[in-house]
Amino acid sequence: MEDNILVVKNLSKEFPIYKGLLRKKSATVKAVNDVSFEIKRGETLGLVGESGSGKTTLGRLILRAIEPTAGEVIYNFADETNVDFLKLNKKQLKKTRTKIQMVFQDPYSSLNPRMTVRDIIAETLVANKTMSRSEIDNRVREIADLCKLNLEHLRRFPHAFSGGQRQRIGIARALAVNPEFVVCDESVSALDVSVQAEIINLFKEMQAIKDITYLFIAHDLSIVEHISDRIIVMYLGQIVEEADKRTLFENPMHPYTEALMSAIPEPDPLRKMAPIFLEGEIPNPMNLPTGCYFHPRCHYATEKCKKEMPCLRCFGNHKVACHRAEELHLKQYIKY
Amino acid sequence: MKKQDENAKLKYYTASQWQLIWWRFRKHRLSIVGMTILGIFIIFALFPEFFAPYSATDRNGESILCPPSKIVFKNAEGGFSLAPQVYGFKRERNRETLKMEYVVDESNIQPLKFFVKGEKYKLFGFLPGSIHLYGVDNGFVHLWGTDTMARDIFSRTIFATRSSLSIGILGLMIAFIIGLLIGGVSGYFGGWVDNFFQRLTEFIRSIPTYPLWMGVAAAMPREWGPKTVYFMMTIILGFIGWTTLARRIRSQIISIREADFIVAAKLCGASDMRIIFKHMIPTFISYVIVDLTISFPNMILSETSLSFLGLGLRPPVTSWGVLLRSAQNLNSIVNSPWMFIPAIFVILAVLSFSFVGDGLRDAADPYSEKS
Repeated sequence: MEDNILVVKNLSKEFPIYKGLLRKKSATVKAVNDVSFEIKRGETLGLVGESGSGKTTLGRLILRAIEPTAGEVIYNFADETNVDFLKLNKKQLKKTRTKIQMVFQDPYSSLNPRMTVRDIIAETLVANKTMSRSEIDNRVREIADLCKLNLEHLRRFPHAFSGGQRQRIGIARALAVNPEFVVCDESVSALDVSVQAEIINLFKEMQAIKDITYLFIAHDLSIVEHISDRIIVMYLGQIVEEADKRTLFENPMHPYTEALMSAIPEPDPLRKMAPIFLEGEIPNPMNLPTGCYFHPRCHYATEKCKKEMPCLRCFGNHKVACHRAEELHLKQYIKY
Repeated sequence: MKKQDENAKLKYYTASQWQLIWWRFRKHRLSIVGMTILGIFIIFALFPEFFAPYSATDRNGESILCPPSKIVFKNAEGGFSLAPQVYGFKRERNRETLKMEYVVDESNIQPLKFFVKGEKYKLFGFLPGSIHLYGVDNGFVHLWGTDTMARDIFSRTIFATRSSLSIGILGLMIAFIIGLLIGGVSGYFGGWVDNFFQRLTEFIRSIPTYPLWMGVAAAMPREWGPKTVYFMMTIILGFIGWTTLARRIRSQIISIREADFIVAAKLCGASDMRIIFKHMIPTFISYVIVDLTISFPNMILSETSLSFLGLGLRPPVTSWGVLLRSAQNLNSIVNSPWMFIPAIFVILAVLSFSFVGDGLRDAADPYSEKS
């Protein structure tokens, strides 16, 4: 228990939908639905799922960029402080924020165009008022150097940089305060494939140097496969499968994971892909299906799946939410 | 050559937003012209006592409705000279129409002198001085003629610049503060607050402005002194002019409220105040300044038209509107058209502000340019 840096219990977020002139509440969207998981210190947890599965919302909930509807988020930091994150007041929250940071998806909208790179990276340090100006300058230079930013770039404004460089600025900003935990929200999906590799390697280097724990959110399993130790698969705001990377790729137990893995593009043109095509779209979260949320698109669905919602069951370290987890023998990822 | 390119690039990359705006603004010829004219006007407004040969209320004896003085570049022998001379006027009765008329008096010639000692004044109310930009030693010089009370129209126009510009600036300040407050609250909090303020804005916008101004201005008691009226005018203009600004600020705040870099600032632990002043306002302040510049002519025109209608400023305060009001009769149109010269100032000011606003609008978003 003590080696978990983050414990999330029954976290939920509902967004109300208002309609009409009088703004009557007409429905709620359950973006994140009763999610529980832990992250071990120093590991990288991959969080995958297609668009609309609630992974970004989950990432923002555990940083309190959005306030959750229900649940608990508990951090155990290296100095042995346990923090019930959702119950902090403003002042405590500000202090805790130096230990948890975020790297955003869009390198263009996440940097303030009116601030120099130096000011962007220094913002957390300045806002917390714990360092003198020269200390801040030193720290900024040090972190920029680590993130392979040219020191003379610090005077420039973000519009002078390419996507990959901007993302490195974003990483430098997140790491400037020496955080223990960083949420990477689709941090490489907006970049070119060649740049993606560069940024992922930067993430890995930083982890090695600074002992950081990552929650790595992505919709692309191949990236998550590269960087993560453990992987959580989300579908419609719920966790459907959770396992070590190797276990998950060798022995997927949820049909949704199988379909996701079969869709990973194969870089070798001689090897054939055999993607499993799911029927239909991801269901409207305002109008969720009965039983297992995945059953309308599942090739293996039975009558039971239509009526009963499966709960997350443990098979050793492997957790699956599927009624037929034991009987199905799903295809493993080609590479393994 | 390549080295120069590099330097130019480096300069571009490290330039702040205002530098980029200025570089782009510079390319706009008309805006630069407009800005120069405005600069001159502002200097006029700051030191009218120096530029005007006489004070706004000085009366030149009998010369009522005297036409503009004739300026010639001649020396005593009749040849060309760089030093300008001014002819005086004689009053003569026209034998055919039996009207009193001003006739150029060739015998009364005065050299026009610069930086002459004239009437004493106090700059900003406390700096004593007596030097005027130009003047004559004997007699009077009226570049733009005189009005029905024998006052120098040029001097009056220069003095009017001060009240017309300042009323515009003050009115705009009030409008800006109200707009920032209402637009900011409306955009930042959203929900029913937003709804309320937006409906209020629409309500005010739906009232035709001139009747509204006239109504409010007419409600001002006649016994108020000219100064009180002056301040009331700025307040009225401000209280009615904030709507467009409020909308602009609201829409800007809404558009960046959810932006990633604002979330990032929040996650950095920046306080609400810091987010608003350091992260939000700098991103849209340039647009607000454009709006301010563009709505400035409206302010001046409103003041001018209200004063012209006799509902705004009243003599002895001189504003462009007050000057034009005294010109609004058939007699002036037929016999003393120089009374309309102050209109040139109004037109120039309005045009200049529009040009500057145009240039600023094009330059306000320096990051839209593909680099």
